[in-house]
Amino acid sequence: MTRFLRLIYVLIGFVLLSHTAVAETPFPTIHEPADESAKCIHPEDDMRRNHMKYILHERDETMHEGIRNEPASLAKCIDCHVTPDDKGEIAGIDSDEHFCNACHEYAAVQIDCFQCHADRPQKYIDRSGHTSSLKQQLQQTLASTKGVNQ
Amino acid sequence: MSDSIKSSVNDSRRDFLSKAAVAGTITIAPGILLHRTANAADNVADMNTSVSTRPLDEEVSSKNRWGMLIDTSKCARGCTDCVDACNEENGLVGHGRPESDSQYIRKVTLKDKSTGHELSLPLMCQHCETAPCADVCPTGASFVRADGIALVDKHICIGCRYCMMACPYKARSFVHEDVENQKLTAPRGKGTVESCTMCVTRVDNGGIPACVEACTAENHNAMLFGDLNDPNSPISIELKKHGGKQLRPDLGLNTGVRYQGMNE
Repeated sequence: MTRFLRLIYVLIGFVLLSHTAVAETPFPTIHEPADESAKCIHPEDDMRRNHMKYILHERDETMHEGIRNEPASLAKCIDCHVTPDDKGEIAGIDSDEHFCNACHEYAAVQIDCFQCHADRPQKYIDRSGHTSSLKQQLQQTLASTKGVNQ
Repeated sequence: MSDSIKSSVNDSRRDFLSKAAVAGTITIAPGILLHRTANAADNVADMNTSVSTRPLDEEVSSKNRWGMLIDTSKCARGCTDCVDACNEENGLVGHGRPESDSQYIRKVTLKDKSTGHELSLPLMCQHCETAPCADVCPTGASFVRADGIALVDKHICIGCRYCMMACPYKARSFVHEDVENQKLTAPRGKGTVESCTMCVTRVDNGGIPACVEACTAENHNAMLFGDLNDPNSPISIELKKHGGKQLRPDLGLNTGVRYQGMNE
């Protein structure tokens, strides 16, 4: 009887622990695409499991064979899914608000795509004002040097 | 500051390039040059019409070989329109360290020591048929696409920089810094090697490289882009009529970028 009671206690403990775990690690918030009528190339559950395979396969075909109208495309993912929030601000890849990073951070899977690839649609990069061409930078440096000399 | 960048880069490349300039045997008579200036210059804008017509779902093939022809007699010293357009197109941002900042094109000044004559030209990846960069690459990241465009597959580049050592034109750069706000069509990141891609996304979509576009738009008309494998393309017709030299032809690399007006 004592053994049975002990087993019950252990089971109750497990249930309690697992509940706490869920409470402490909330599921990531995934923002809906801006255009809600737009259809993804595959159903959601398939994309969740296999998106990396689709992108990887077609990455090589694009890079080496120049095929550029593949259905799966990182740029297209970004275009639909990375959109400004209500305040008009758009999240970069470092933020857990970013569509890709939200899940990847939750799952603790490192994501390397954006070390090279644009993490936001082009129109938001151009507008963000962080980019300045080499020429602009040189001109700025020249201008600041002139100021010091004068 | 911009002058010091140019001179420091130029010094290291002047020696071998000046050999290339002096060693040439084709002589373009002044008459031909004058004739070309009078008639052909205005037409270069119309001549940059040899572009890709390949459907985007079809593989690239050796039916095409994309190349460029640069007329150095029209390339002004001090003009950097092509370089600026390239930096803008590819999102190349400097860190104030000209020795290691990425550059896809640079302007080089050549001086013939015997006559003192100087000429200016843009130097970028020469898109060799038998490319030394692809030859030495240990991972297959450096490769020449079937249509003649030399590229780096940054997905498999390990950043060993062997290709940079192998390139006789010093055309490649290594990305030393974290990169942010990349251009959509020009992914680039720390730890990989990069160089002129002949604006491959533009070319695949039936466009011309940004440098050629800028040079033509600014009415310098020194650069011509087109299909070297199509005998009826403006670039092939021009090459057949007036010739075009490779830099360091002695290396036998069959470059896709050719130069005119280097031996007058």
